[in-house]
Amino acid sequence: MALFLCGRVLRLLTLLVAVSLLSFLLLSLSPIDPVRAYVGADMLRVGPEQWANIAAYWGLDRPLHERFFRWGAAILRGDWGVSMIFRRPVLEIIGERAVASLALMLTAWIFSGIFGFALGVGAAMKQGTWIDRVIKWYCLTLASTPSFWFGLLMLLTFAVWLGWFPVGLGVPAGVLAHEVTLSDRLHHLLLPALTLGITGVAGVALHTRQKLIEVLQSDYVLFAKARGESDLQLLRRHGLRNIALPAITLQFASFSELFGGSVLAEQVFSYPGLGQTAVQAGLRGDVPLLLGVVIFSALFVFAGNLTAELLYRLIDPRLKLKERYL
Amino acid sequence: MSDTQSLPIANRRFSRLHINRRQRTVIVIALAAVFLLSLLVGAQFMDEAGLSTSLTERNLPPTLAHPFGTDWLGRDMLVRTVKGLSLSLVIGLFAAVPSVLIALVLALASGLGNKHLDAAITWLADLFLAVPHLVLIILIAFVFGGGTTGVIAGVTLTHWPTLTRLLRAEVLQLRSAEFVLVSLRFGRSRWWVATRHLLPHLKPQLLVGFILLFPHAILHEAAVTFLGFGLSPHRPAIGIILSESMRYLSAGSWWLAFFPGLALLIMVRTFDVLGDNLRLLIDPRSAQE
Repeated sequence: MALFLCGRVLRLLTLLVAVSLLSFLLLSLSPIDPVRAYVGADMLRVGPEQWANIAAYWGLDRPLHERFFRWGAAILRGDWGVSMIFRRPVLEIIGERAVASLALMLTAWIFSGIFGFALGVGAAMKQGTWIDRVIKWYCLTLASTPSFWFGLLMLLTFAVWLGWFPVGLGVPAGVLAHEVTLSDRLHHLLLPALTLGITGVAGVALHTRQKLIEVLQSDYVLFAKARGESDLQLLRRHGLRNIALPAITLQFASFSELFGGSVLAEQVFSYPGLGQTAVQAGLRGDVPLLLGVVIFSALFVFAGNLTAELLYRLIDPRLKLKERYL
Repeated sequence: MSDTQSLPIANRRFSRLHINRRQRTVIVIALAAVFLLSLLVGAQFMDEAGLSTSLTERNLPPTLAHPFGTDWLGRDMLVRTVKGLSLSLVIGLFAAVPSVLIALVLALASGLGNKHLDAAITWLADLFLAVPHLVLIILIAFVFGGGTTGVIAGVTLTHWPTLTRLLRAEVLQLRSAEFVLVSLRFGRSRWWVATRHLLPHLKPQLLVGFILLFPHAILHEAAVTFLGFGLSPHRPAIGIILSESMRYLSAGSWWLAFFPGLALLIMVRTFDVLGDNLRLLIDPRSAQE
């Protein structure tokens, strides 16, 4: 186990270095000139000398590899640079936005986990009936639903027609930051979280259904049936334990899609989280902020995958043997 | 589809129509393919007049003349949607072909090369899966400065790893099969083994993988365009239509978002159905069902 953990941490390190190197290289190839993005509307008031000064101040006149090492060293020191659009340290912004995003993703994650699990169990217990077919059809349809379109529909239904929820923003407009109450935040969080949760249901539901069907076809369930156990007893005694951990594991492994989904959901509901920050940074050429979000998202995905792998090894020792194969 | 329990029900349902499961699969495939092709062809012959601005017909809710309604410039939403879908199809094609080729080459190299090459390829696949797809596509689209090339490059670069993993597992299984080992012992070159022994076995996987790449590619293209990194605003893309519609939602113009998204959903679902049924038909492990 210790060896496995060490290997994983080593892998994380190599992947992180590679992710940062790759994104750094990509961004330096970009046609967008960071000085121009920084100067922005003041273009006419900045002379060529000042232009060169800014470039020299940022070390843009140095060769690429030197810039990468300087940037990497700064990142390791905890200096992630200053965002150009917010004019504040990147780490500070990411910290702030990450809290909002994590609240959104956590809510959606728990919702989709419980709802998906229930759907999967329902479909498997009634396998072959119309209930099963409806649930399966529903999940497959959801899996091909563009989540931002679903978000638009939710917005249209609940915010525009019914007026139950605000149309956007993470907090009410025109209210001072310290006066925003928890219920305000929850009110603004609910709709995007619901969107993200509902569209994330398909994977866990179909997986749970498959697993439970496997369990129900086993000999020990046949024996239990012969003893006269009812469906609910079967589910409680033999089903749930066998399928709960795989479902939780799958939920952890889906962090990547969760993050991608939250980028879209945040954009639709103009919820001020990391995803929206990434979009803004990308659209307005804020390279330090974009790099910061990329690295954060890589860490986030890795945390999910690592948890999933650890859980898997915990519940299925056979995996250790298969590992070499896949 | 692979579970035998659902078989009797499916059979009972279709025995009334006097067709068996295989015929049904073929029919479904044909219908799906015809639908997608007609979308592609239909868009080329569609009346361009619907796209011209007509200020007398602005913001009309759906009627018989304009089944999807019109937008704020009086353009017919049905025409815009169909054009957008066919554009998505083409972009999906441009992204899916290189993805499949990359996946095939890397999977074969990984299966036939030495241990280090295999480890390197697995690591590379992990690298591209380490960042959420959408974030990586944003990054790549940003580097290309937006536009079609950026979207295609982004979608291609994010979609090969999953297929590579799938194909690699297959290659590794085949590699330890006796006919491959014997062939190698007979002194056949790795290239010969790869093309004569492995490739034929990978064909079904490749075709199905190719078809099933489309839904992902199309959805990601729409998402990135929606966010503003993809196709330029004057192209008739679904992502553009949906991001424009956001401005008119609070005014109650629900048809601007509803129908284009629904059409996108139906197209993506059709690809899924096509891929799954094709697998049922040509994958030797499920062909008997």
